[in-house]
Amino acid sequence: MDNEILHILSKNSRLTNEQIAVMIGKKEEEVAKAIKEMEDKNIILGYPALIDWEKTDNDIVSAYIEVKVTPQRDKGFDDVAERIYQFPQVKSCSLMSGSFDLFVVVEGKSMKDVALFVAEKLATIDSVLSTSTHFVLKKYKDKGVIFNQNGKDTREAVVL
Amino acid sequence: MNVQKMIAPHIAAVPPSGIRKYFDLINEMKDAISLGIGEPDFVTPYSIREEGVYSLEKGYTHYSSNAGFIELRQEICNYMKRRFNLIYMPESEVLVTVGGSEAIDLAIRTLVSPGDEVIIPEPSFVAYKGCTLFAGAVPVPVKLKAENNFRLKREDLEKAVTDKTKILIIAYPNNPTGAIMEYEDYAEIVDFLADKDIMIISDELYAELTYSGKHVSIANFEEMKDRTIVVNGMSKAFAMTGWRIGFACGNRYIIEQMKKVHQYAIMCAPTTAQYAAIEALKNGDDEVSAMVGEYNRRRRLVLEGFRKIGFDCFEPLGAFYVFPDIRITGLSSDEFCERLLMEEKVLMVPGTAFGECGEGFVRATYATSTEKLIEAIKRTERFVSRCKK
Repeated sequence: MDNEILHILSKNSRLTNEQIAVMIGKKEEEVAKAIKEMEDKNIILGYPALIDWEKTDNDIVSAYIEVKVTPQRDKGFDDVAERIYQFPQVKSCSLMSGSFDLFVVVEGKSMKDVALFVAEKLATIDSVLSTSTHFVLKKYKDKGVIFNQNGKDTREAVVL
Repeated sequence: MNVQKMIAPHIAAVPPSGIRKYFDLINEMKDAISLGIGEPDFVTPYSIREEGVYSLEKGYTHYSSNAGFIELRQEICNYMKRRFNLIYMPESEVLVTVGGSEAIDLAIRTLVSPGDEVIIPEPSFVAYKGCTLFAGAVPVPVKLKAENNFRLKREDLEKAVTDKTKILIIAYPNNPTGAIMEYEDYAEIVDFLADKDIMIISDELYAELTYSGKHVSIANFEEMKDRTIVVNGMSKAFAMTGWRIGFACGNRYIIEQMKKVHQYAIMCAPTTAQYAAIEALKNGDDEVSAMVGEYNRRRRLVLEGFRKIGFDCFEPLGAFYVFPDIRITGLSSDEFCERLLMEEKVLMVPGTAFGECGEGFVRATYATSTEKLIEAIKRTERFVSRCKK
């Protein structure tokens, strides 16, 4: 049941518990309990909307940053990762295999804003050896959702 | 010359579908929600589309053999065995057609002579009756009852069979009711048919869309397999309606004769679509099961919504249709659909479009996004509460 609830919520978290219960053939209370448990276990961490900010008048610039760091004895990468992901400008931070260590997604109001953050905050952290910043020019698809779909029903009326 | 007089009477006599007028109306409406169309809202899975594109890039643009690429027929046989436990020979017992519709037309034309009777359980998909009439045969409707969950019962069938009966058409999971038939339901019919020379055309296009247990085909009964033409295809299960690939499986002598008609009328099914179908049957099972899961969630949502409105609605266990009894509104099916469309901009199809016995019912398709379904139920509820006052 949990997986089915997660599947539904990952596509649309605005459905009510009652609607979800009907969709999976369970009772409303069972769904409410399952969701509560998954929230408590930090399996469900939030219910954010996926927004195409480019269509709004908010200016948001994103950058993907490859960061090379020196791992610390006993702590590996966790400490430096924590120092990085605490910044509110950092939207995502992952440890990677391959030619760099941390992959950091940063958002700011302008390119200058992001560049300053990298130069003043990120690159100056002790264990950070180097950074390589890639600005996002256009987003085509995010979290499984294709941006700029017209969403129109193109099915024609047929008799059957 | 009066050109109209030149049209063959048995063609001219078949009336056009009554649903058209609604489609013309809805085309001019803004914010209308159509629960009227009988096809998946999903786009064909990308890997399948990509295979079609690839075949074009490679320049594979020639005819296939009349029966369809042997590789596709082999995949069809693998699929029929894997999914439905039905075994056919790719060389002789499978014919690839232009959608399931062509297979139905070919099967009827191949079997009937003028005057033969074709038993059609109703409410039913509109093409069976048309194809029967075009072939000069006589459609014999059998009324399916809501209290039997629209399953075909032996006693209903007994009354319809005469010495002229040539074909029984069976279509489960059913359009428009969403009904299914289980093993025991078939058993009593099989028993009755055992000593009769009646062929079966079993339209199983919605077989994958079965939400309770596994799909059962009448051809799963050993004694019926040889006299059943199973019609299936890519349209509903793989969301490939526009590609037009269906197939017929059955006795080699029948398939051979059907192939002859197909060869002169059609040549072969479109080959781009055949390449795509090979990919679908080889690697598409996961995509199908994801879509079926989604339909099932919507099915429960719509069923619950309609029952809350107060409609008497049996639980449809197949296809993507709900077929509620709307008589609490005091309206006929036609009035209900017309007013619902004009007043609340929701399109459903009157049950009468699928046979006279569909009066009092409407067909709603849940192959539409959850958000639209929720809105459509809300609007329908508003409409029904106005009617009841």
